[in-house]
Amino acid sequence: MPEPTTTTTTPAPGAPAGGAQPGPSGRAEREFTVAERSQFQLVLRRFLQHRLAMVSLVVLVLLVLLAYVGGALWKYKFGEYTPDESEPPSWEHPFGTDSAGRDQFAQVLRGTQISLQIAVLVALFATVVGTIWGAVAGYFGGLVDTLMMRVSDLILTLPLIAVAAMLGHNFGGTWWLIALVIAGLYWAYVSRVARGVVLSLREKEFIEAARALGSSDVRIILRHLVPNALGAIIVNATILIAVAILLETALSYLGFGVTAPDTSLGLLVSEAQTALSTRPWLFYFPGLFIILIALCINFIGDGLRDALDPQQTKVRR
Amino acid sequence: MSAPAVSKGGGGASGAEPILSARNLVKHFPVRSTGLIRRQVGVIHAVCDVSFELLEGETLGLVGESGCGKSTTARLVLNLIKATSGEVFYGGKDVTALSPKQLRTLRRDLQIVFQDPYASLDPRMPVNEIVAEPLRIHDMYDKGGRELVRDLLRTVGLKPEHGNRFPHEFSGGQRQRIGVARALALRPKVLVLDEPVSALDVSIQAGVLNLLDELQAELGLSYLFVSHDLSVVRHTADRIAVMYLGRIVETGPAADLFERPGHPYTQALISAIPLPDPRKERARERITVVGDLPSPADPPSGCRFRTRCPKFAAELTEDERRRCVDDIPELVGRGQGHPVACHYAEQKVLI
Amino acid sequence: MTAEDVLAGGRPEGAAEPVRPSDPVLEVSGLTVGFPSEDGMVQAVRGVDYSLRGGEVLGIVGESGSGKSVTSLAVMGLLPRTAKVSGSVRFRGRELIGMSEAELNKVRGRDISMIFQDPMTSLNPVYSVGYQIAEAVRAHHGVSKAAALDRAADLLELVRIPNPGQRLSAYPHELSGGMRQRVVIAIAMANDPDVIIADEPTTALDVTVQAQIMQSLQAAQAETGAAMVLITHDLGVIAGQADRVLVMYAGKPVEIGTAEDVFYTARMPYTFGLLGSLPRLDRPSERLTPIPGSPPSVVNMPPGCPFTPRCPLAIPLCDEREPELEPTTDAGHLAACHRSDELVGKSPGDVFTTGVADTEALAHFVEESEELA
Repeated sequence: MPEPTTTTTTPAPGAPAGGAQPGPSGRAEREFTVAERSQFQLVLRRFLQHRLAMVSLVVLVLLVLLAYVGGALWKYKFGEYTPDESEPPSWEHPFGTDSAGRDQFAQVLRGTQISLQIAVLVALFATVVGTIWGAVAGYFGGLVDTLMMRVSDLILTLPLIAVAAMLGHNFGGTWWLIALVIAGLYWAYVSRVARGVVLSLREKEFIEAARALGSSDVRIILRHLVPNALGAIIVNATILIAVAILLETALSYLGFGVTAPDTSLGLLVSEAQTALSTRPWLFYFPGLFIILIALCINFIGDGLRDALDPQQTKVRR
Repeated sequence: MSAPAVSKGGGGASGAEPILSARNLVKHFPVRSTGLIRRQVGVIHAVCDVSFELLEGETLGLVGESGCGKSTTARLVLNLIKATSGEVFYGGKDVTALSPKQLRTLRRDLQIVFQDPYASLDPRMPVNEIVAEPLRIHDMYDKGGRELVRDLLRTVGLKPEHGNRFPHEFSGGQRQRIGVARALALRPKVLVLDEPVSALDVSIQAGVLNLLDELQAELGLSYLFVSHDLSVVRHTADRIAVMYLGRIVETGPAADLFERPGHPYTQALISAIPLPDPRKERARERITVVGDLPSPADPPSGCRFRTRCPKFAAELTEDERRRCVDDIPELVGRGQGHPVACHYAEQKVLI
Repeated sequence: MTAEDVLAGGRPEGAAEPVRPSDPVLEVSGLTVGFPSEDGMVQAVRGVDYSLRGGEVLGIVGESGSGKSVTSLAVMGLLPRTAKVSGSVRFRGRELIGMSEAELNKVRGRDISMIFQDPMTSLNPVYSVGYQIAEAVRAHHGVSKAAALDRAADLLELVRIPNPGQRLSAYPHELSGGMRQRVVIAIAMANDPDVIIADEPTTALDVTVQAQIMQSLQAAQAETGAAMVLITHDLGVIAGQADRVLVMYAGKPVEIGTAEDVFYTARMPYTFGLLGSLPRLDRPSERLTPIPGSPPSVVNMPPGCPFTPRCPLAIPLCDEREPELEPTTDAGHLAACHRSDELVGKSPGDVFTTGVADTEALAHFVEESEELA
């Protein structure tokens, strides 16, 4: 997708845009009284005006920074045993410690890192594979479409948790293997979405125009279909991150996900379940992080969807 | 500047060779049942046995109401839709039988401008890229394509400085000009114009029509001009073919066809167009057509227009009507000076 | 009880008395409509005044975005809540702007009815057309269902639908576009309104069907004696139907007069350009005289006449002060142009030029493309 190279500066959000500037002839410009904006700028403006999504984005960025930068700087390393066993939250150990004396703050930060890594990898992998699969099926249609979509359908019929648990049990342990297992089951959802988008795009006149100019199929897919489908796919990928976090949590909780000595948010919750009545901090802090991350990502997805929707009414109230 | 003299109506291109000819084009669209096994349950007769010739440097107007098959015909000519049967000859070759690779080369010579300027431009591409796209596809951009795109934009009346803007920032008329610039980039010989001004306001439409006129005169283009608007077609076309329900019912030089229409449908069409002149408009004789277009999935036998034909309903005797029901009227000269597909063609003066 | 009785006796107490032809039934003055947007206020209508006399047909023409449709939606009180409406709309002396929704509902349909471009938006797909027309009759008259259905059949006959009795039980999707629009016209005249507002009633239809619909509309108007506001971009339709014509540009009327005034002696360059842009069926082809440029954006408008950048007659004054509608040669013929006197006796070709292509750029392009090939 070509980068928009607009020359006019965009006014700050909320400020009255444009104004009637004199045109080159010295005469008042009447045709373009609204400042020049690329689609990207339009989308960005609408997203910036979506309060909930903006707050969520800030919270999420802070969480990521905390997990990676905070985790590296914190005085206790993850997996490090301290002499303080089963301590409630204090200045020394903000999230308390477990029965083995590990600092729960360091554990949660490490768990957040792993959970996020898994989620992002799932989103990337499933989106790329699913988009290509769905776009090809939707664009060519006919027998190709039927065959490819039956494969997707087959994967969609598999009981996700059970299969993931089985695969995770056999190959699991490492975080990226878990991610591949989840992605391997989730790309089929993405392919459905991508196919739907491409099917509606395929009928557009600009695709016919491209064919009339002599474009090859590959060129049409890469240069016209994918950039136009990108909006819907990005929104979908965001939602996928949230879904992957929850799924990884479920798998780790069941014991088929990340295994000790490494940790993830799901595993932390799972380990804390026996201690719920005696040391509740072990359970609540990782739980809170899971909810916070999933919620933020869902709101950001909402904001993106609204911003990318051309039918969206202009004034948000 | 000198406005190029555009010869109209009198067969200004007479004696010229046909650059493109369509022979017995037929297009059937299958109607499928819904459900798991999508059986074919019927056929839409979109285009039936349509033949015409486009002469070098002329404008052939293809006119008719929605559902008459004019846009389908335009796409058949470009092989954007595969014809069920029939041939299209361009440069001695049958366009419908070309391999994908040969077809791609052909695209340089045959181009199309679409109706809807809002849908025919990729919303994610800046205007420069849209106009450069044909050059890139045919590997011609690197040899001075940038300059060419700038000149093209200026030619169609856009400022090259606006080339970085995206289609949504332009008005309908400007977008249609972008569409024209894109179609011209490869220097085609034939331009298919599929309702190029129908989506535009009148004051804008006139600008695009004049632009097309000037481009034709300067670049020696041949136009296949598809439209539902008789006034526009009368203005631009040298020759006109009137379509009804997939068939050409009358064809001839523009002035001739409007002065002496022979087919009852052409007559009804001409008399239905309101004239922007209060005195003339209020004093006109009207030939009204009753009812609506029959379904193209089940067209009437014989003459397809008979179900709505005022002549069939009011003037013909029972015996005369039989012929309309049983025989398909051929498109031949019947004393009107141009071919008419009506058994009982009779010229009328309507304007 | 016959249909005539329904109409004669059905009008509730307190309704206005019969109209004398000279009385204005609808008076619009200083009407403005704005829509807030992220780029500022979109001034869709910037001051419209007109009065509609009983039985008269007022044609409103203008290009897309000129505010012609928004004006009538504002008259009917049908704009979304975000719209900022000011000014006055009086139906027989009663102010409609600021009226409660319940009161407006009594006026809509009974006194003023509206016909939209797309009949599918005004018909309910799940009810038969007979039911829908009968409902419209019963909404404002307390008559039995059977009497209302009889009236519905009469109405369908009036708008020239063949076999009206059978068509009553048809559903909208079973009818063609033209047929549906006639059903909408039947509903619009069901309560014998005083004003019918038709917003692009034939735009979505083919020309032969358009001619049929215009005939139905004329029949409906003759039958009810209603005044009509006919909104369209088709100058031909206006020429054939309208008694008076109002030309709108950028949210304001720029010319008002009888059809003959506007078509034969236009006094505003925009109207001139519009007429010169039309390809004509009735005369041999000549060069069209398009209006250069594009319609102005109605956001953040600079002062002065909005037509200035496209106007061949523009002078510095035009950029400073927007002209008001003022009487021209005839008292009933108003135009908003500082230089309207200079259009006397001119034709569009005298004012506008025909050239559009940049010949120098074209020559460059020809050269370069030949090198490329």
